[in-house]
Amino acid sequence: MTVTEDRAETAPKAEVGQARRRKEDQRLITGRTKWTDNIQLPGMLHLAMVRSPFAHARITNIDVEAAKASPNVVSVLTGADVADEQGGLPNAWPITPDQVTPNHPSIAVDRVTFAGEIVAVVVARSAAAARDAVELVDVDYEELPAALDLKEAAEDKVLAHPDLGTNKSALWVFDSETAGSGSGVDAAIEAARDGGIVIEREYRQQRLIPAFMEPRSCVVDPTGDQIVVWTATQIPHILRFLMAAVLGYPESKIRVIAPDVGGGFGGKLQTTPEEWITFMAARRLGKPCKYTESRSESLIAAHHGRDQWQKLTLSAEKDGTVTGLKVELLADLGSYVALMGGGVPVLGAFMYNSIYKFPAYQFNCQTVLTNKTWTDAYRGAGRPEATFAIERIMDELAAEVGVDPMAIREQNWITHEEFPFTSVAGLEYDSGNYEAATEKAKKMFGYDALRAEQEQRRASEDPVQLGIGISTFTEMCGLAPSRILGALDYGAGGWEHASVRMLPTGKVEVLTGSSAHGQGHETAWSQIVADRLGVPFEDVEVLHGDTQIAHKGMDTYGSRSLVVGGEAVIKAADKVIEKAKVIAAHLLEASVDDLEFSGGRFGVKGTDQGLAMAEIALATFAAHNLPDGVEASLDSDATFDPVSFSYPHGTHLCAVEIDTETGAVAMRKYVAVDDIGTIVNPLIVEGQVHGGLVQGIAQALWEEAVHDDAGTLVSASFVDYLVPTAADTISFDTAHTTSPSTTNTLGTKGVGEAGCIASTPAVVNAVVDAIRHFGVNDVQMPCTPARVYKAIHQQDQGGETPTPGGAAPHFDEADVADRSAGATDGAAAQAGDHQ
Amino acid sequence: MTKIEVTVDGDVYTDDVEPRMLLVHYLREKIGKVGTVVGCDTSNCGACTVHLDGTSVKSCNVLAVQADGHEVTTVEGLAVGGELHPVQKAFHECHALQCGYCTPGMIMQSIDLLNDNPSPSEDEIRNGLEGNLCRCTGYHNIVKAVQQAAGASSSEPIAAGSSAGGAA
Repeated sequence: MTVTEDRAETAPKAEVGQARRRKEDQRLITGRTKWTDNIQLPGMLHLAMVRSPFAHARITNIDVEAAKASPNVVSVLTGADVADEQGGLPNAWPITPDQVTPNHPSIAVDRVTFAGEIVAVVVARSAAAARDAVELVDVDYEELPAALDLKEAAEDKVLAHPDLGTNKSALWVFDSETAGSGSGVDAAIEAARDGGIVIEREYRQQRLIPAFMEPRSCVVDPTGDQIVVWTATQIPHILRFLMAAVLGYPESKIRVIAPDVGGGFGGKLQTTPEEWITFMAARRLGKPCKYTESRSESLIAAHHGRDQWQKLTLSAEKDGTVTGLKVELLADLGSYVALMGGGVPVLGAFMYNSIYKFPAYQFNCQTVLTNKTWTDAYRGAGRPEATFAIERIMDELAAEVGVDPMAIREQNWITHEEFPFTSVAGLEYDSGNYEAATEKAKKMFGYDALRAEQEQRRASEDPVQLGIGISTFTEMCGLAPSRILGALDYGAGGWEHASVRMLPTGKVEVLTGSSAHGQGHETAWSQIVADRLGVPFEDVEVLHGDTQIAHKGMDTYGSRSLVVGGEAVIKAADKVIEKAKVIAAHLLEASVDDLEFSGGRFGVKGTDQGLAMAEIALATFAAHNLPDGVEASLDSDATFDPVSFSYPHGTHLCAVEIDTETGAVAMRKYVAVDDIGTIVNPLIVEGQVHGGLVQGIAQALWEEAVHDDAGTLVSASFVDYLVPTAADTISFDTAHTTSPSTTNTLGTKGVGEAGCIASTPAVVNAVVDAIRHFGVNDVQMPCTPARVYKAIHQQDQGGETPTPGGAAPHFDEADVADRSAGATDGAAAQAGDHQ
Repeated sequence: MTKIEVTVDGDVYTDDVEPRMLLVHYLREKIGKVGTVVGCDTSNCGACTVHLDGTSVKSCNVLAVQADGHEVTTVEGLAVGGELHPVQKAFHECHALQCGYCTPGMIMQSIDLLNDNPSPSEDEIRNGLEGNLCRCTGYHNIVKAVQQAAGASSSEPIAAGSSAGGAA
């Protein structure tokens, strides 16, 4: 006992918890990177896409002769050329058995269904030659009416796919009464209408674009026995399986490599037409082929996210105690049902009730086909939408009751004594402490002082008003227990795989099936394995992103890597220890039961005899003296299937200043206290939080995919799609509380999406809070100055002193009138006018 | 085709290029400097930022022929003798990168910013990096890295950017 304690004192500091600088950085800061577009192979050909300018049209003729005759053009492919081999791009998650799912060709054959769909492909000896020849492909279209507005599309006024007879793809329902996890929501609402509180709101989740920095790129080399696919993807393993399944090629003959991948945020959680086309072109021509998209192509044709109308009905007792929540969603799928497709809003189904003790809950989601770019996962995928809606409406409840919005939350949330807690949506939250996170956040924020300042500014009618926004969020992540995915009709499992290989020199190779694209797996996994095996951090090499090396996996999304993939690594490492223990006992001539493993060394209890892991690795490699029947390998595999989702939570507080004379919103302070359980690397965690915050803030204030009346995406470049810059953002105050998860070894929870999920409602709540005294109870996202201005001045008909025409002689009168009304587009009319 | 002679990261290259070829494509496709990347078509993102005669330019916005007779420094030419540039070090220390795609441009622009203003305020840093987009970090740690590099350069004789500018 004493010996062990002494050793513990001298043992190296645990790696888990240390702010290790990342192993990945060296190559990234010196430009020694392996992006897909860097790849050059002998004889490589380049692809460029001819894309539809129309949202919905019949293709009547395609003349490719001029393009074929263009210098250095090798081939031009149309949908008709590949109709028999291209199959359809897969939807892995048909959310209902009767889901209406249009076939999704990689090259349109006779009809285009959104502006940007591929109608022909030019293959040439250089990328420039291919792009030049794209201009020479002459396509005749017969324009068809397009289903563009989500609400109108839901009424089947214009059909996105006339042959399907409806735009309604699937209706997915969860009802707590039916599920047995709660009571009936309609009864709760009816009861509240008589003497209680009923709040009905409709919120708009605008369409967003993931806008990862590395445009998608794909290289396919068909010249070996195996076809090798390099692609900027989050999901090399899933892609390999689906390519084989859809294109009818043996899975064992396909190798997929995700080299350095420049961000994803869900945007590369996809199997794309461009990957299919590059694969088909390479197979047909027998030469390596590359396709790299332009930024405009990326914004037009890589999938979009969000795009929902959210109708909520909340019932409460007169004192603000919640009694029921009913959610009715319309979710825009775009023109096809993408890989996750309708599963994205369904991932939000279990989160609208959030941290609050609703006794009754119902969720209805109607997915709808339109003639727009298909939507799919974007950071948070379903859960940001849910969190936004519940956190917004809890503020409305507080306003109705007349109490501080934090008080209404405290009144209704799950207290820390109540964990584990089974929610009305049927999920068991393992751990959490909303009180602790909130207390810490309020202290860091200076909550009471800011509330006092807000009062003072209101009283003095300061033209700059202060708003305070709260988001006490939780989310479900760590996708996902396979049995639950099965019950939800998802087409695969949610496990993750890892291997730990002991090299004879004592170095360790870790193979992980979760493929990183910026998250720092190489560093974090090294920390975990260093602690587990007692080897130096530097001696661990993490390999991933190649189906021939890390041969098995479910890839990276849904904040799953650490809580699922990391747990697989731990389990594999533990198997190594168990195998090594038998050999160590043999070599030490001791009983296995007399050995203890600590600090990378097997010691015989009560003696100073022992062997280090590296010594056993070498002895195993030599295999001169192994016990009978023991294999000469310590290498071990593990596949971990989580028993539960992961439930990080936190309290985010945001202060904004609003210039009531211009509608401009300036962020003053943002505090994020997140409880993500045990932290492996605080530096990486902070980075995930910061990046997530800005993406969520960007939804609240800046970003929106805007289409014109013809269905053309007009925000199709970084000139118009407002990814925020350093000058738009502020530095954040972040901290943590720790309620370790009880469902994995280290007690970790996912963090990849938390910031993005939490921040959007915090910001919009702050905006509304700043101007609620003007009679405002909503501003539609993004909260542009025009929308904020209009919301403030809705009751005084456009401001006390409308801008006189002469003051702005360079504008025409109509323009001036429009500006003084604060309108920028049709959607702005929604602001403050949504009930 | 037009003949050009360009010094890139200290080495002289002579090539025939199409007059329309962009400097970034020249760097990537002709001479294999793939550390510099393309992120957009509209000179908004700054991922392709390099130094032309010691000053930052977006290499998607410069023709290769315009670099004829000039000196270009890319992210690959910053570390001298295996020693990282102070700004590279600061990006690593402050975790100012995640996926790393914007990083080459962000580092080159940060060096240029510090060359112009060795002791920038947070606002000056944020405005100085406005032409470079990052989707991962939320800029928080990038700002910290530039602050740290500024601090390091004020206490050390080697000013941030001097080794990069050294080619000029």
